[in-house]
Amino acid sequence: MTNETVTTGSVEQFLTFELESEVYGLEILKVQEIRGWEPVRDIPNTPDYIKGALNLRGAIVPIVDLRERFNMTKTDYSPVTVVIVLCVENESGKHVMGIVADAVSDVLDIKLNEIKDSPNLGSKIDTRYMRGMYVTGEKLVMLLNVDKLLDPNEFEGLEGF
Amino acid sequence: MSIDMAQFHQVFFEESFEGLDAMESGLLNLDMGDVDDEVINTIFRAAHSIKGGSGTFGFTAVSDFTHVMETLLDEMRDGRRQVTQAAVNVLLGSVDCLREMLTAIQDDSDIDVETVSEHQQALEKELAQGGGALAQPVEVAAEVVEESVDPGASPGWEIAFSPHLGMLRTGNDPVRIFRELSELGDLEVTVDFRGMPSLNEIEPEDCHLSWKLILKGDVQESEINDIFDWVEDECDMAISPLRDENGDYIEAQAIDVEPVVEAVKQQPTPVAAKADAPTDVNKTTKPTVKSDSKSKDNKSSGSIRVDTSKIDTLINMVGELVITQSMLSLVGEHFEINKLDQLKNGLSQLERHTRELQESVMNIRMLPISFVFSRFPRLVHDLSTKLGKKIDLKLVGEQTEVDKTVVELLSDPLVHLVRNSLDHGIEMPAERLAAGKPENGTVILEAYHRGGNIVIEVVDDGKGLDKEKLRAKAIEKGLIEEDAILTDKQTYELIFMPGFSTAEQLTDVSGRGVGMDVVRRNIQTLGGNIEIISELGKGSTISIHLPLTLAILDGQSIAVGDERFIVPLGSIIESLNITDDQVNKVAGKGETFLLRDEYLPIVRMHEIFQVESAQRTNLMDGLVVVVEGQGVRCGLFVDDLLGQQQVVIKSLEANYRKVEGVSGATILGDGSVALILDIPGLVRLSNQ
Repeated sequence: MTNETVTTGSVEQFLTFELESEVYGLEILKVQEIRGWEPVRDIPNTPDYIKGALNLRGAIVPIVDLRERFNMTKTDYSPVTVVIVLCVENESGKHVMGIVADAVSDVLDIKLNEIKDSPNLGSKIDTRYMRGMYVTGEKLVMLLNVDKLLDPNEFEGLEGF
Repeated sequence: MSIDMAQFHQVFFEESFEGLDAMESGLLNLDMGDVDDEVINTIFRAAHSIKGGSGTFGFTAVSDFTHVMETLLDEMRDGRRQVTQAAVNVLLGSVDCLREMLTAIQDDSDIDVETVSEHQQALEKELAQGGGALAQPVEVAAEVVEESVDPGASPGWEIAFSPHLGMLRTGNDPVRIFRELSELGDLEVTVDFRGMPSLNEIEPEDCHLSWKLILKGDVQESEINDIFDWVEDECDMAISPLRDENGDYIEAQAIDVEPVVEAVKQQPTPVAAKADAPTDVNKTTKPTVKSDSKSKDNKSSGSIRVDTSKIDTLINMVGELVITQSMLSLVGEHFEINKLDQLKNGLSQLERHTRELQESVMNIRMLPISFVFSRFPRLVHDLSTKLGKKIDLKLVGEQTEVDKTVVELLSDPLVHLVRNSLDHGIEMPAERLAAGKPENGTVILEAYHRGGNIVIEVVDDGKGLDKEKLRAKAIEKGLIEEDAILTDKQTYELIFMPGFSTAEQLTDVSGRGVGMDVVRRNIQTLGGNIEIISELGKGSTISIHLPLTLAILDGQSIAVGDERFIVPLGSIIESLNITDDQVNKVAGKGETFLLRDEYLPIVRMHEIFQVESAQRTNLMDGLVVVVEGQGVRCGLFVDDLLGQQQVVIKSLEANYRKVEGVSGATILGDGSVALILDIPGLVRLSNQ
């Protein structure tokens, strides 16, 4: 995504969360709720990073483990492990999905013109699911394009990030 | 005041389609010899409502067309025209045409002008023929009408207009009428308030006034009638030509309005108008009541008509639920251990109410099957005429209720089956007589509940299916081997195979061999099945078994390791333990086992679903559940059977996507998710 079309000064809020001590961010308006990890029902014949389906007040919601999705080391789920329930919208329609993160950290007000394009990291790393990057203090926040990341049609064949 | 009329369109369409159905069934019920006035009245009223409605919404093509129909019907109603089969057929054709027009408007597509004008011409031709013998006095009356219609003869019209008390309540405003009239020519309005009660007795919503209107100008009587169309049944009115030279004529009218009204008024006759009034008032008030809830609806969303009593039950139940809830919260507020009994009571009440509430909510989606059945009298009427056969149709169990979705999806397959029965089943009258059967063939459409299923049967007393012929045909088409051994049931099932048609001569009714396999597929997508029983020379019975609702399913929960799955109970044949010697391996890989002379493939659930926690991998330890889906049988190897329960079907695709071998998901009593198995999908999966 480029920033040229964005008017200077407009601000969006991002929820940041941690994965392997890296900070990631996503648009807060996509977030429906944040809940603790609870066991889910396995969905057969799906990629490993789809942990399964959760009963969210009567709706069946698939849960995606972002660590596994990004090929990071697996960890055991602990009481502080969180599930961020998102409502994403893409070509196949609106979906409610959950992502598993190590911890939720902060809400940042980010001026859109301060978002930097994601750098070209070579062909080994896929930046399709990135919206951009943002520097706060000493930390680098990777902003995710969750609409694209959580598209059920894209769930196959994600090799690296 | 400007109102967005579009919000009422949906209501208008619904009412119009209902009206058309009423007209259709009325027309079919007309007995040529002895015409029931009430039936004609019903048909007329329906046509009239459609005309009025379409006029209001500006669908002029529809209102013009209906006007011609109405004129014809009006003459029948007044007894000025005999009801002939030809006229009824023309009217039936017009009903179809009208339905097409309305559908076209609803879909925002163009009306097929040619068809419309064709039908309109047919109607006008019928109208011009003047029907059968006319009764003498009525003819005179008709002439009077004609005379008064003569446009050149009068320089204007005098209208005596006295609304009934309740006219204002139906939303009709005399001022609007006068304004419209004044657009036609010079209008003089004289109000007669002699009917006004004194101020303390007055009911402000009643209309006590009457008017005398003089309209000058070159105006057709029909134009005036059009304006009064809406209030026709709610007022007494008389229209007479204004004759300047004949002063005393006007005088006579001005003095005493009522008698003139009775004398001059010809259509509709005051008696008829009064008889119509109550029903029509109902009709006009209905849309306003409904529009409150409808107007918010999305245009594309389907709507449903629900019996008021169902809603009342629902409201009662919600009331009970609220009471229970407040009782419980009272107990919870200062809870002490001695209130435990109270709490338990409350909880059990809550449970009961929730269950009842669930049941009655499900009930709202239930529609009587007559929604599907009602179209068949017409179909049979048309087809039997076309085929030259004599057929009686009997409808049984029309009030049997089914889920709305089932009703909608059932209609096409059923039409196909009935067509088949008429075309291939029932013989020609001569053939029937020769076979010693009554000349009239009988087709019975029956619906009833059995267990958690609804059964729909199409029964005919025709020639039945010829097993030898079916067999020969199947061999000829290469569908079966020449030496195949088939049971009776299997032979009959041949007709459901794609590309199978036994009709010696193709007719345009049926026989292209694309039907029955589609019928079966449709029924199967609804989760049902279809069977045929037939006896040569006696007739056939086709039964369709369908689940009552698509939202709830009887399921058997099974365990595979830590995972829980639901198998639709209807697809389970039996469950058994098998021993090693029953198992055969095909090519060292595919496992099959012998069950009563039939080799069934074994589908190991833990393998195809990659359940790592599965404990029992030895076939001897677990259970084999024999299941059937879309004609395929197999044995599912599972750890254990848990229990039977009704499960609410939830979509997995709503938030995710289709998963092979899984048809949906549900939520178990402990709040966890369980997947519902799709048997044909599983079989496909295991074959890969």
